[in-house]
Amino acid sequence: MKLVVRGGRVVDPSQDLDGVLEILIEDGCIAQVDKKVKGVRGAEVYEAHGMVVSPGLIDMHVHLREPGQEYKETVRTGTLAAAAAGFTSVACMPNTAPVMDNRSITEHVMKEAREAGFARVFPIGAVSKGQKGEEMAEIGEMVTAGAVAISDDGFPVSNAELMRRALLYAQHYDIPVIQHAQDLDLSAGGVMNEGEWSTRLGLPGAPGSAEDVMVARDVLLAEDTGGRYHVAHLSTGRSLDMVRRAKAQGLAVTCEVTPHHLLLTDEAVSESGFSTNTKMNPPLRSERDREALLNGLADGTIDAIASDHAPHHADEKDVEFSAAPFGIIGLETNLSVCLDRLVRPGIISLNRLVELFTVGPARVLNLPVGTLVPGAPGDLTVFHPDRPVTVRAKRFRSKARNTPFEGWRLRGRPVATILGGAVLTRPKK
Amino acid sequence: MTQEGWSRKDLVGIADLSPQEIQLILDTAESFREVSERPIKKVPTLRGKTVVNLFFEPSTRTRSSFEIAEKRLSADSLNFSSSSSSLSKGESLIDTALNLQAMAPDLIVIRHSHPGVPHMLAARLPSGVINAGDGAHEHPTQALLDALTIVQHRGRLEGLKVSIVGDIEHSRVVRSNIYLLNKMGAEVTLAGPRTMMPVEVEKLGVKTVYTLGEAIEGADVIMMLRVQLERQSRMAFPSTREYFNLFGLTRERLKPAKRGVIIMHPGPMNRGVEIASDVADGPYSVILEQVANGVAVRMAVLYLLAGALQEAE
Repeated sequence: MKLVVRGGRVVDPSQDLDGVLEILIEDGCIAQVDKKVKGVRGAEVYEAHGMVVSPGLIDMHVHLREPGQEYKETVRTGTLAAAAAGFTSVACMPNTAPVMDNRSITEHVMKEAREAGFARVFPIGAVSKGQKGEEMAEIGEMVTAGAVAISDDGFPVSNAELMRRALLYAQHYDIPVIQHAQDLDLSAGGVMNEGEWSTRLGLPGAPGSAEDVMVARDVLLAEDTGGRYHVAHLSTGRSLDMVRRAKAQGLAVTCEVTPHHLLLTDEAVSESGFSTNTKMNPPLRSERDREALLNGLADGTIDAIASDHAPHHADEKDVEFSAAPFGIIGLETNLSVCLDRLVRPGIISLNRLVELFTVGPARVLNLPVGTLVPGAPGDLTVFHPDRPVTVRAKRFRSKARNTPFEGWRLRGRPVATILGGAVLTRPKK
Repeated sequence: MTQEGWSRKDLVGIADLSPQEIQLILDTAESFREVSERPIKKVPTLRGKTVVNLFFEPSTRTRSSFEIAEKRLSADSLNFSSSSSSLSKGESLIDTALNLQAMAPDLIVIRHSHPGVPHMLAARLPSGVINAGDGAHEHPTQALLDALTIVQHRGRLEGLKVSIVGDIEHSRVVRSNIYLLNKMGAEVTLAGPRTMMPVEVEKLGVKTVYTLGEAIEGADVIMMLRVQLERQSRMAFPSTREYFNLFGLTRERLKPAKRGVIIMHPGPMNRGVEIASDVADGPYSVILEQVANGVAVRMAVLYLLAGALQEAE
């Protein structure tokens, strides 16, 4: 089984590659990347002229909702959405029902993913049993089953002592602790960012400081313990500053941001007429925060872009703004939205975007993917850097439709997803 | 029966109205005031029109005011009250609304504890939608009746200094008033405990002060807000006694006020919390006139929206 991808512009920030190169994938792994690869007799050929070819993209923060909420999404539909959108790897959060806090649920998710075969799934196990924030979950058991990190995502680890111990214990497995950073007292009742727009709309606000005080506390604990600490969906300028300082200090602190926090602000709640697709947690922040995040993308402070893909059923979202569940989906808009709104205006380079979706998250989670180094899994994403596309949720492969980007006209779109040397084509609609 | 200058089927807030539209409602209300002074308080204007008063939150004065306005215009009205959100009964808001819509009402007056609900209905239903208060967001007819009352006493809105005092954070009345008064050229000052002042409220074009004295000084109008005791879950102030000491309006504290000042309150009042009885019942109080003007303003709004709907047919 050999595949040659040729004619495309190959971008692999893990080894500073950028040029028209050929890639040979053999037995599911990268075999050669060169101007002219050798030993291609009998290989399938994929012509990528005019396209960009990158290591398979990684979305390090998604919710696949299985087990327990299969009406919102399943491992199968979630990974199908990933494949359709150029993502070959996803890391999924443990807030399932029951919670992924043990080996058997982790194994179940891995098995479902293998059987579907659309993308690699890297489970993120719970920090605490039942995500209750009390006792540590069996972290080692979950790692044995394939977990690559721990997080109580959806719920912050509020107890400082639990966080301290998790940061210590996780070092036995060399995995990061991913925090949904939010002080629950400060954010209590909040359904959007506290600021001018919550004031105008009369909606209860959650202040940015709810995130900041948690990040501040955790960075101190990371310093004390030497543990690996990762801030999920970081959304404020002040939290970003703390991560920047922690990195300068040499701490193992990393962070991800979402496309929606990079591109939308709390004003969208008003502009959209209280659309519940502008409601997520953390909430859309102020323009000042957004600008700070864009700077963090450019200066290298931010390690990854991740969608926080959070599928909900239409009936759950079609209610009063304050009553709606938090969360929006993002797998199928990630690439186009970022190409059009971050790369095209020159906020970041194409190479940097690829880095944020490949080697960036791979380093945070210690994944073997996200690179074209020979021997790495043969995962590639082929995308057109400026072909126009309009976001139409009804065409999504995800079960959910809750996107704030509906109707956006964008340039740049995925063309093909190659997983372990196999070209996954979009199923015909 | 359409009125020139009005084409909206809904009144969901003051935020998106133009000064001309506000003036038109006030002028129309002024002409309807006379109906309530007649021995036979009824005109046939909305005969054959159906108005549903959909109240998801307890309300006595606003609902009665709308109901009287509807009756004086000869509309058929139906009251649909629910002290709890429909969600707790298992039916979604949208389903409730669609069920009502199936009965083809011309206008829906809605009060709901969640901001944005009138906007949600207005966008989906062919009926006209009037916001009778959505959470802490807007209460447009209250701001309009306040404006009508101010104009009756001071002859204008432009250039007046209006101080609004109290529980700013939870007040829909204050937001609609800020939008309206700003659009009509009045100057708004907000006063209240720092714990009840919403963040970045200055961006709405108002001044903020944190003593009652500063709010009273130089004000042409002082509007006292009801302390929403039922919503004080977030440690806003230690006791109503302390609140009264800081921001309760008494006759004594009114001494330095400008001559001709008027005192307003959207009701229902907490006597002895935000306002002393000798002020509420005193010579500067126009509180009951506000209530009377409420009927005229709501008649005007019903009339204008029904006209626009008829035009659209």
